[in-house]
Amino acid sequence: MILKRFFQTLRLGVYSLLLHKLRSGLAVLGILIGITAVIWLVAMGEGVSYQAQQQIKDLGATNIIVRSVRPAQQGSSASSGLFLEYGLLREDFDLIVSNIRRATSDVLEQIVPLREIKKEARRHDLNLDVRVVGCTPEYLDLNHLTIDRGRFLTDSDNNPPENVAVLAAEAAKSLFPLENPINQTIQIDADFYRIVGVTEDRDPTAAIGGSLDSQDYNLDVYIPLATLRARIGDMIFTSRSGSREGEIVQLSQITIGLKDLTYVDAISEIVRKIVLEKHPNKDVKVIVPKELLRQAALLRMMFNVLLILIAGISLVVGGIGIMNIMLATVTERTREIGIRRALGAKRRNVIAQFLVESVVLTGIGGGLGVAFGFLCKPTINFARDLVMEISPETANTLPTTILELQPIIAPWSIIASLLISVGVGLIFGMYPAYRAANMDPIEALRHE
Amino acid sequence: MSLALRVEELAKHYVLKSETVRALRGVSFDVPEGDYVAIMGPSGSGKSTLLNLLGCLDQPTSGNFFLRDVSIAQLNDNQRSEVRAAHIGFVFQSYNLIPQLTVVENIEVPLYYQGNLAPDQRSYCKQLAEMVGLGDRLRHRPTQLSGGQQQRVAIARSLANNPYFILADEPTGNLDSATTHDILSLFESLNEQGKTIVIVTHEDEVASRVKRVIRLRDGEIDSDTRN
Repeated sequence: MILKRFFQTLRLGVYSLLLHKLRSGLAVLGILIGITAVIWLVAMGEGVSYQAQQQIKDLGATNIIVRSVRPAQQGSSASSGLFLEYGLLREDFDLIVSNIRRATSDVLEQIVPLREIKKEARRHDLNLDVRVVGCTPEYLDLNHLTIDRGRFLTDSDNNPPENVAVLAAEAAKSLFPLENPINQTIQIDADFYRIVGVTEDRDPTAAIGGSLDSQDYNLDVYIPLATLRARIGDMIFTSRSGSREGEIVQLSQITIGLKDLTYVDAISEIVRKIVLEKHPNKDVKVIVPKELLRQAALLRMMFNVLLILIAGISLVVGGIGIMNIMLATVTERTREIGIRRALGAKRRNVIAQFLVESVVLTGIGGGLGVAFGFLCKPTINFARDLVMEISPETANTLPTTILELQPIIAPWSIIASLLISVGVGLIFGMYPAYRAANMDPIEALRHE
Repeated sequence: MSLALRVEELAKHYVLKSETVRALRGVSFDVPEGDYVAIMGPSGSGKSTLLNLLGCLDQPTSGNFFLRDVSIAQLNDNQRSEVRAAHIGFVFQSYNLIPQLTVVENIEVPLYYQGNLAPDQRSYCKQLAEMVGLGDRLRHRPTQLSGGQQQRVAIARSLANNPYFILADEPTGNLDSATTHDILSLFESLNEQGKTIVIVTHEDEVASRVKRVIRLRDGEIDSDTRN
């Protein structure tokens, strides 16, 4: 019964709108653009933040990363001292371990120290710039690496220090293009290392904000930490534009893996305190992926709010268009309103009639807007391919965030869009409808 | 015979720029059921004002107005709408059909505002259209009809809610004499079927064919005669 009345009103509204197809179409267009904007912007925002979150998750939310950072160049002092000594010390590692153990027992899943150095690896006449990573067996799991052939480092490799190495996929391919690298040897500086394993390909991680550089795992050579200390040592020389520079670094990074997410806040406090005490000159920083995640979530929320505000402006503009059309319609149909009132329409019947019309307009706009919203991904991919094809140079200058952006259409944005479009119809249709309802029927009947 | 409507000392004053215009100064008359009345008078006599009050479109300043036995002089806007929807059948000078609706849909409009949509209302409205001789024009729009045909649709519409009385405002004002004749014949046949009809007009031809003529002058009843 009520439903039947509603459908009758709805049909009448559609009839009346069809009397002015162009006008109604233009009004719909305003809403359509606004809704499409909402869905596109949210989809792109979600895509960007998904990228960031994935990168942070790769670091492991239960991990705390303590990293040595080269202090900003102090110019003359570095060159006069010849060796720049900075970063984590082996005693820091012991201190952190004992402090965590003392604070709470049994929260550590693993704690992994590592040292990384850029070196040149050689095999016969082939040579390759690699990153030599001195680490312990836990490194494999910690960085979600998988073994392709052979094995990873073991505890017995570290004690006593053995000259063994595990190659990353790309490094293995470059140094051993034709044969199986297992049990072959490579040379780093003056020392030879026996290859015991090869890891599988892993996508490089992108840089996250300013806190962590991007990492390409594919040109790594993993050797036992103890071996690195024994064979290469803490001192490194690098030749830079003619002058030689030296650094002394004991450890590049300590990764603390905790058993549960809930310990992260407390333990990171303890670690921060030690670091602050031992390294007041900021040559060590603490990175907590969980906090980054939280920041990323907050950032994403702020981003979404901003986008919705921007899209909201276009919706308000669209809504004003609707109001304009409805006011014109109401004036134009004054006589009809008079007739309907004379035939027994109550004020609320008149309000309902015009509200239905404006909601039909915005609802159609919203529906079409959602449909166009789904074109977001293909359109962006098409545009990106087009740019790549027409001018690859321009494409290469684009940040990776844009190059790799995959918009994600958020289900909530579709529901919100439809609700918003109906809401816009109600809000901006309200005044014209009231104006129609409050006409004096006698005056309205007399209207030409 | 029971009364279709009764008017007691009905008065309507308008305030225009601090000057009171007494459009209607206390008018009383009864209309028994089945009566066929023309209300006449020169312009400014209060004809339109009386029409608006009888049509429940306006509230009187004083006096009383009964539809059958129910006083409706002091109803609010909503209640007046209900009375219009349920008990009054309007016919206008300029037909006042809704242009975007078909003939049969126009006839349905009063039923829609009555609130109780009967399942067979469509066939009922088709019958009404056939009764006024437009059974073959059900799906036409008002613009596709002649003036006389449109007025027939309007009369069918006024019957849809089975009203206490039909209130016609210059129903032949826009029609040529032949069509006027047809429309008046239609009213006559409706009256013979027992419908109460009140016509506001200034045409003598109309006055000559009704049962009773009430003449207004300066907001008062000048004469009330039966033909």
